[in-house]
Amino acid sequence: MSSPRPVKAQVKNLKGLKLFAFLIATLPFSGVAAAAEVNVYSYRQPALMQPLFDKFTAVSGITVNTLFAAKGLAERIRAEGMNSPADVLLTVDVARLVELEEAGVTQPVASAVLTGAIPAPYRHPQGDWFALTQRARVVYAAKDRVKDGEVTTYEALAEPHWKGRICSRSGASDYNVALLAAQIAHHGEAQAEKWLRGLRANLARKPQGDDRAQIKAVAQGECDIALGNTYYMAMMLADPDQRRFAQAVHILFPNQPGSEHPYGTHVNVSGMAMAKHAPNPEAALKLMEFLSSSEAQNIYAESNSEYPVRPGVHGSALSQSWGPFKADGLPLTEIAKYRIRALEMVYETGFDQ
Amino acid sequence: MKLASTNDPGVTSIADKPAATAKLHVDPWSAGALVVAALVAMPVFSIAILALNPERNIWPHLANTVLPHMLQTTFLLLLGVGIGTAVLGVGTAWLVSLCRFPGRRIFEWALLAPFAMPAYLTAYTYVDFLEFAGPVQTTLRSIMGWARPADYWFPEIRSLGGAILVLSMTLYPYVYLSARTAFLQQSTGALEVSRTLGQGPWAVFFRVALPMARPAIVVGVILALMEALGDFGTVDYFAVRTLTAGIYDVWLGMGNAGGAAQIALALLGFVLLLITLERMARRDRRFHSVGGAMRAMPQFDLTPLKATAAIGACLTPLIGGFLIPAGVLLHMAIGRWAASLNSAFIGYAMNSLLLAAAASLLAVCIGLFLAYGARLGAGRGQKILTRIASVGYVIPGAVLALGVMIPFGAFDNALDAVLRAWFGISTGLLLSGTVIALLFAYVVRFLALSFGAMESGLARITPAMDMASRSLGQGRGGTLWRVHLPLLRGPILTAVLLVFVDCMKELPATIILRPFNFDTLATHVYTFASLGRLEDSALAGLSIVAAGILPVILLSRAISGRGRN
Repeated sequence: MSSPRPVKAQVKNLKGLKLFAFLIATLPFSGVAAAAEVNVYSYRQPALMQPLFDKFTAVSGITVNTLFAAKGLAERIRAEGMNSPADVLLTVDVARLVELEEAGVTQPVASAVLTGAIPAPYRHPQGDWFALTQRARVVYAAKDRVKDGEVTTYEALAEPHWKGRICSRSGASDYNVALLAAQIAHHGEAQAEKWLRGLRANLARKPQGDDRAQIKAVAQGECDIALGNTYYMAMMLADPDQRRFAQAVHILFPNQPGSEHPYGTHVNVSGMAMAKHAPNPEAALKLMEFLSSSEAQNIYAESNSEYPVRPGVHGSALSQSWGPFKADGLPLTEIAKYRIRALEMVYETGFDQ
Repeated sequence: MKLASTNDPGVTSIADKPAATAKLHVDPWSAGALVVAALVAMPVFSIAILALNPERNIWPHLANTVLPHMLQTTFLLLLGVGIGTAVLGVGTAWLVSLCRFPGRRIFEWALLAPFAMPAYLTAYTYVDFLEFAGPVQTTLRSIMGWARPADYWFPEIRSLGGAILVLSMTLYPYVYLSARTAFLQQSTGALEVSRTLGQGPWAVFFRVALPMARPAIVVGVILALMEALGDFGTVDYFAVRTLTAGIYDVWLGMGNAGGAAQIALALLGFVLLLITLERMARRDRRFHSVGGAMRAMPQFDLTPLKATAAIGACLTPLIGGFLIPAGVLLHMAIGRWAASLNSAFIGYAMNSLLLAAAASLLAVCIGLFLAYGARLGAGRGQKILTRIASVGYVIPGAVLALGVMIPFGAFDNALDAVLRAWFGISTGLLLSGTVIALLFAYVVRFLALSFGAMESGLARITPAMDMASRSLGQGRGGTLWRVHLPLLRGPILTAVLLVFVDCMKELPATIILRPFNFDTLATHVYTFASLGRLEDSALAGLSIVAAGILPVILLSRAISGRGRN
């Protein structure tokens, strides 16, 4: 056991302690915003949004404060209640937009600019949320092992033809749940469940990894096709270490005209909403209107290769190279409606086991 | 060092008065300790309140579908991690504490290095390294001429086995630390007597040292299991569907935070049960260290062959838990040095360091306060509250964050409403969304570490010290300050450093509770890793490790120092 330290040594340490206390005081203890600011709670990674915010600040002089988290923001806004600093909420996945609205943390926004820029199917009727981009859930196919015309529809992926050739991320992941919800909306529960079981029977491996991991697996021959969102291909093509994987894979849009179920490729969205107790509603509206502008929609499309919702704004050169496609016209709210049922179905079929 | 209560019988209550009269007037120490205990238990209680109001009853559907599988997976994970950490931790602790072989001095501290490595980073690097598309398998294929997975067999890293492996190699330092301290503090007499009675080194280990160190080992294993249970990043990355995965599915996928809270509470109850069962199992066996470890330990000299085996045994977890993941991170960081090393990065590092430093000091002060309050004769209320709060470690960080934000938000809004109504002043959110909320979450999350270390540290101080000090005119505060604090230097240091390293690594609560425009190294790493671009933040990942390594070395020094004095 050590002996007691001399008191002098303890007193000396106080100086260090003072410095430490000073440094601690420099941490942001207050979340209160000053003038000309807008506070954004975002489920989207800051790296994807920062170019847009920088541009917005440049044109409006309004500073954008951000908080990114992949979960828990809706709960945080609720807990913060009427004093919540949140102005604008940014999210991916239509289910999350509907969830925010149903949790009562959004407010309706009436803006001719927004309704003019964003087509009706892509916004809440009362303006509680607006979609910003479309994200198509496509088939990644090995360039050398999948023949032209072999991939036709989501429905056909459940046929024995694909046995042992499909990779998937977890069935419980947001985008797969949304895709399954769309299947329920199109064909009813019984048919959708049959489809899910068929798809599971065709898997080359236990569901795992994110969409990038599916591209890697297809590129490396672990499987021939996988389902994923287009922009992951764009991210991998932009990455010197991962380019080789993306280059071995190409994108195919299922359910196009001429196929057996020509309703179009499943799309999910990213979107925005104004927080119910937004302390800076004018600045929030300015930011929302900016995000729907052609300029912002272009930046969005360029930086993450998503499909802008604003008509007349084209995607990035890369996403245009994948060709035009017909998107599923199913109302977004239909997808959100079947979401929980879809996740339950993932459980019932033991898709991830 | 023991990390949680072992109910050491050496401690008799040092209450001032018989309990019956103490009830009659409010005692500031007990009242203070009760208030603090209630505060730190508050998040668990708000989760319990959340659990009372689920969106709908999840259990029938879960029970009919994935629950059996999740329970089985969770059980196997715990079993695997329990055995893995116990074997790695106890084995290496015994070797470096009692055997003499080349490199032992280095292993003493190096074996703690995997503790500095966040488990989610280890997981990420292992998948990167070992998956089908990773360098190992790609190289194998090009050498052997294989092409498709059907051509050969390779263990699947994204599996339960992979998760057990990675978690065991990351978490065994808890067991190593407590087992080593226990071995060093065991009465050398007992070991020497068993030697003179003709027991060989193996028999000394299995028949004397191991049973005597059992309470400490169990404490280490339980900490490792709690962290394994509460972990989401690693198991999710390995596609292992444990109950924690269920918590997140129910919360986020089904929009049912109440249901998720129920599963979290079930986990908490399970750990409480585990601890209680273990206590009951060894109730009749008590191990006193008489005279303590004042002399140097007997060292077994190893033959060259055995020494080589010992080196191999110590190298295995070191390579697997530290060198490989750190190497992969370093490899990633080197190519992107310029991109990642900028002024923002320095800001993240400062945030991480200051938060971790403040939280670890705060956690230890609170841990000490509660433990000393208990020593002074805590009421049942305080004991229960403290116990509940200190198993909160098993609750996944994001769920614990809910338990912090809900009462903080309620308090802020209530205060604001009152002040508005009476004085027309709006205070807005005083605590929510500030560093204070974050610090509070850290203290609660890591109370198991700080309180446990303080409790067991105090338990080792004979009550005669308190009595002597008190009879010489010192009050309770004076006794704590002048007598206990100096004696507790070792446990305090241990607790500060453990909590510091864990705060540096903490991610899920940080990301939800942090203020605007605020990043730590861990959240910075996460935002990139969640985009599948860990490479761009590998330097930040390495810095978490680097900042953790120094405390780890200090920690080892402190322990050896105490053992050798």
